Amino acid sequence: MLLSISWRNIWRNKVRSLVIIFSVALGIFAGVISASFFKGMADQRINKVINTELSYIQVHHPGFEQTSDFDNFIANAKEIQSELENISNVTAVSRRMSIQSMAASAETATGVLISGIFPNNEKKVTSISSKIIDGKYFEGISRNPVVIGKKLAEKLNVKVRSKIIITIQDMENNITSGAFRVAGIYSTNNNMFDESNIFVRFTDIQKLTSFPKDAAHEIAININDNENLLSILADVKDVTGNKLDVKSWKELSPEMNYLTEAMNMYMYIFIIIILMALLFGIINTMLMVVMERTKEIGMLMAIGMNKGKVFSMIVLESVLLSLTGGIVGIILGGLSSKFGETHPIDLSMWAQGYQQLGYDAFVYTSLDPVMLVNVTILVIITGVIAAIYPAYKALRNDPADALRIE
Amino acid sequence: MNNVIEIKGLTKIYNSSEVKVKAVNGIDVTFKEGEFTAVVGPSGSGKTTFLNMLGGLDRPTSGQVFIGGVDIWKLSSRKLIDFRMNNIGFVFQSYNLIPVLTAGENVEFIMQLQGKPKKERLQRTMELLESVGIGDRIKSRPSKLSGGQQQRVAVARALASKPEFILADEPTANLDSQATSSLLELMSHINKTHNTTFIFATHDQRVMDKAHRIITIEDGKIISDEYFDRN
Repeated sequence: MLLSISWRNIWRNKVRSLVIIFSVALGIFAGVISASFFKGMADQRINKVINTELSYIQVHHPGFEQTSDFDNFIANAKEIQSELENISNVTAVSRRMSIQSMAASAETATGVLISGIFPNNEKKVTSISSKIIDGKYFEGISRNPVVIGKKLAEKLNVKVRSKIIITIQDMENNITSGAFRVAGIYSTNNNMFDESNIFVRFTDIQKLTSFPKDAAHEIAININDNENLLSILADVKDVTGNKLDVKSWKELSPEMNYLTEAMNMYMYIFIIIILMALLFGIINTMLMVVMERTKEIGMLMAIGMNKGKVFSMIVLESVLLSLTGGIVGIILGGLSSKFGETHPIDLSMWAQGYQQLGYDAFVYTSLDPVMLVNVTILVIITGVIAAIYPAYKALRNDPADALRIE
Repeated sequence: MNNVIEIKGLTKIYNSSEVKVKAVNGIDVTFKEGEFTAVVGPSGSGKTTFLNMLGGLDRPTSGQVFIGGVDIWKLSSRKLIDFRMNNIGFVFQSYNLIPVLTAGENVEFIMQLQGKPKKERLQRTMELLESVGIGDRIKSRPSKLSGGQQQRVAVARALASKPEFILADEPTANLDSQATSSLLELMSHINKTHNTTFIFATHDQRVMDKAHRIITIEDGKIISDEYFDRN
């Protein structure tokens, strides 16, 4: 009956209760929608990094990560690649050469990172092939084709079929150059990446540098689901033994992993700040409730309601008040976030700044059900905290004094 | 008849910053089972304070209150609340029903606090409301009832816990004469048929006319204690 009394008590002053319910609903709605927005933004950024730059797992020679030295290659990469392809849940494996070099057009030159790839394998691991905005992905140019980013094309002032001279160090530490022709221009919306990464065929760059045919600097692995990352990582380590360096995207790009955690933390801080602001409103309402009902509470204590039950009644009233608003906010925020999962928010007005940092102009929200559960718990905690002082005041009432109130 | 309440040397002194007020000054009195007693006296004579100490609501400065042999002011505050719930029925001047509960729920509430099973609660609630003549208003909220009807619900609530006695502080003060006489008839009937002990604090001559015993208090002391045969 306590629950029933508390619930009915809320509606004794409908306007006052509705004001609080509306405030809580609005606050929680704002919290949920913002959280889904920022999570969506972070998820998109991470997916993009995995799909265009990193892949899920990479294997390197142990010395490569520190020095990116040309000589730090995996000698039997072809053999390892075929073994890795047999691991379950691995969808594709691509081996690459990776060399720092200089790319020059007729007008200017700039430092770039060349990836020597097998285009058909690479298509299954990263999504550069689907980002081509001009020309074709390694098609249309028979000799030494190169795929470059839009930003680099602008910088070098080259177009499809333009010639680029690539200058690199070969296996004998001699400086060597090769002429390549632009087959395609890609755009990933990450200007920094587009400006510094170019792709050539593994065989072309291997011949130019006399690099061993079956070797690679990097083996990139794609998997079916991020959920399987840890188990596949262990399988990959089994294949490579302890001789090679095996890293997941989380280790290769710790800032991306940190991005998820930081976003999560910011979301909760944001929601807690909203709830703290609401807390004072609820305390104020509950204080008014307790003061208005001093005589009634005195009577309840006189006829035999103990302090524990009086306390519970006031806490329940505060929790129900907060939770009603909280649930309305969660439902509205949840539905809006679900809608945003298929209808992106258009930030193209400010897209340039975002794209500079690697974010998309269209943000799809991403609703985290765990977050909704946690927000509900936080709302309940807020309700309980808001009730403590008013309930303490109520319990200090002496029933005999309270009953004398006219 | 058994003694229900024994009071020895009951005193209450209010200490304000300047003066000490002896609201109740060393009262000794005994109430027996089935008595229908009016405690009367002018305003400020100390009768409400006396009733509050008797009902376990206001702690005396000194003296003892024994109810069914238990010295109630020696109980811990938690036990005292339970003792009140199980042994004392209260009827207040301004009814003091829980406004968000229906008449039936108000009566049932105290039995729920006692932990009685639902079937027993519902049955007794219906019986009590019928016995006070408002069985048809079981689902009405207090705001939909007249003053007289609300006070009948309060009497039913006071009886619900099957108490040793009922304390009623000015129960007729807010009622018109018709409602007053019908309420008094009801309480007198309950007193006769169930041998329930009633103690009233009152100014109301109509209550005094029904009382079998009238205790007059002035300046915190009993100045007269008279018995009447009303049969």
